[in-house]
Amino acid sequence: MSADMTRFVVRRLLSMLLVLFAVSVLVFLIFNVLPNGDPAVRMAGKIPTETQIEAIREEWGFDEPVYVQYATMMKKLFTGETISYFTQQNVNEEIRKGLPRTFALAVGAAIIWMAVAVALGLYSALRAGRISDRFLNVLALIGISMPVFWLGALLLYYLGYKAGIFPNGGYVEFFDDPVQWFWHLVLPWFALSVLFIGFYSRVLRSDVLETMGEDYVRTARAKGLSERRVLLRHVLRNSLIPIVTLWGLDFGAVLGGGAILTETVFNLQGVGQYAADSIGQLDLPPIMAVTMFGAFFIVIFNTVVDIAYAALDPRIRLEGRPTR
Amino acid sequence: MVGPHPEEAEPAARAGLGPWRLTSRRLRRDKGALAAGAVFVLLVAACLAAPLWANHVAETTPEENHLSDQVTIDGKRTDVVDMLGKPIGPTWSGHFFLGADSNGRDIMVRLLYGGRNSLLIGLAAALGTILLGLLVGLVAGYYRGRSDSVIRWAMDVIWAFPVVLLGVALGVALALGGLSIGPVDIAGDSLAIPTLIIAVVYVPYMARPVRGQALALREREFVEAARAQGMGSLRIVFTEILPNVASTLVVFLPLLVANAILLEASLSFLGAGVQPPNASWGTMIAEGVDRIATAPHLTIVPGVMLVLSVLSLNVFGEGVRDALDPRARVRIEH
Repeated sequence: MSADMTRFVVRRLLSMLLVLFAVSVLVFLIFNVLPNGDPAVRMAGKIPTETQIEAIREEWGFDEPVYVQYATMMKKLFTGETISYFTQQNVNEEIRKGLPRTFALAVGAAIIWMAVAVALGLYSALRAGRISDRFLNVLALIGISMPVFWLGALLLYYLGYKAGIFPNGGYVEFFDDPVQWFWHLVLPWFALSVLFIGFYSRVLRSDVLETMGEDYVRTARAKGLSERRVLLRHVLRNSLIPIVTLWGLDFGAVLGGGAILTETVFNLQGVGQYAADSIGQLDLPPIMAVTMFGAFFIVIFNTVVDIAYAALDPRIRLEGRPTR
Repeated sequence: MVGPHPEEAEPAARAGLGPWRLTSRRLRRDKGALAAGAVFVLLVAACLAAPLWANHVAETTPEENHLSDQVTIDGKRTDVVDMLGKPIGPTWSGHFFLGADSNGRDIMVRLLYGGRNSLLIGLAAALGTILLGLLVGLVAGYYRGRSDSVIRWAMDVIWAFPVVLLGVALGVALALGGLSIGPVDIAGDSLAIPTLIIAVVYVPYMARPVRGQALALREREFVEAARAQGMGSLRIVFTEILPNVASTLVVFLPLLVANAILLEASLSFLGAGVQPPNASWGTMIAEGVDRIATAPHLTIVPGVMLVLSVLSLNVFGEGVRDALDPRARVRIEH
């Protein structure tokens, strides 16, 4: 590793630690300081008993100074001692159970949205200004204007409940039945991908159009390369850089809690749905834990993407990566 | 670019036009964007006219139950909600124009009243985001130094959360206890809570481009000239920098409103946005999804309104962007 690369990695890791600390303070503030009333009462859920509230106050140290409270919260979250007072279940345990499902949803959707967006974006760029390009543009706009939970509910109703082509929500473990696993995930993958396909295809379209005007593309044509080769090797390769960056960040965001709506509508029982179910019961510890772990995951993931970028492109070590 | 380009067919007239005149001229030529803008204005007008429809056409209120009532369709008396709890679908006449929900409430009336809340929250939150983002971005970009580092760091922290998750966390915490800032006390079920949350969550999206522009503008000659004239920094920010970032604000506004409406719907769907007794399109969809098998119109109707308003704003916003600043790249999550 070169000296400037080392310096970049160290600097990036330090700033990551700083952001992680701030994220945890923000979560602490949101759940323990911000609202009026007694935090122990809120923590206890919908129908608390007096002894329960007293026990929670003791356990979380709500009568101690703020920094002690913060330390207690962090300790409880990271040693896996947080329990939901509503269901009496261990929160970290529940998150661990939901993780493979969230992961399956995110990975599949990310592959679909990238592949479809590249195909559509390239096609529209090549047909720029024609009817097919305009039609795709309208489709993309509709895609980014639709709430994912509404689209998901309609897909489930028409293709699942009515037509019976797809199962009516739910999740099947991959190792129990891979075919059913796939079949249960088709609609969630699609619903989650629509928004990103809309964004990415339009970003790619404009990048391809911009790249096609570059000198090196003209040079490539002038030296007699086939149009196909010019497109794939010179134009597409360079146009892909921005959306691959977005892809890394969005994948992290979806894994870190961005799939909460999709999981809930399709009843996938992932981490996001765990948080969503807890909202209905006003059960704070799970929401707190999912928010914290989700944000931590995203921050760490972004740092990894940054370092990978710096390894590939030396300029970034000095200037920093352009963010979304 | 060489060669005749349709937009450059009138160079003599263009030279004298200011940027705003030029923009409105380009926008007026974009029929699609204008039509979309008109659709949005119509939707707003329809929601504002909600009491008219409720009092004079539907003759009910958004909360009134008609569980044991009957309506006449084609001369036949029909229960508003039948024995199995299935509400009637659209009657396409004054009473229950779009059908009833499972509490026997008139959907059309609820749709218009709920739309008021959705649109109000969307507009107010977007304006809040713009004000906050402007303030934060200008301070960071113009004054640089320590305030810049602190602000950028704070933005990074907000950015670390997925938008929906941060909104949910804030929404749940505030819905439980309300919020009191000094003398202002906001109840947990107030519409101001989701508005405030959405405004704050989107601030980084606005602050970042404003900061970047302020950073570049402060080095320009006209700012230097203003400084040489002895203008104070506050005056420079307001009279020299602000007018030059205004185009960014205009590009962002419709797109921000669109995304704020969507985020409100998402939060309400999860139970962390608009709280009962208030309704919005998001809460209506949430109620509908639970009964989609027996009464799909409960889900479809508010969703169509939501998509229509967001889509019209997105199309209009894109037209504004193309007219004002075609190279601007706006991406807002929801």
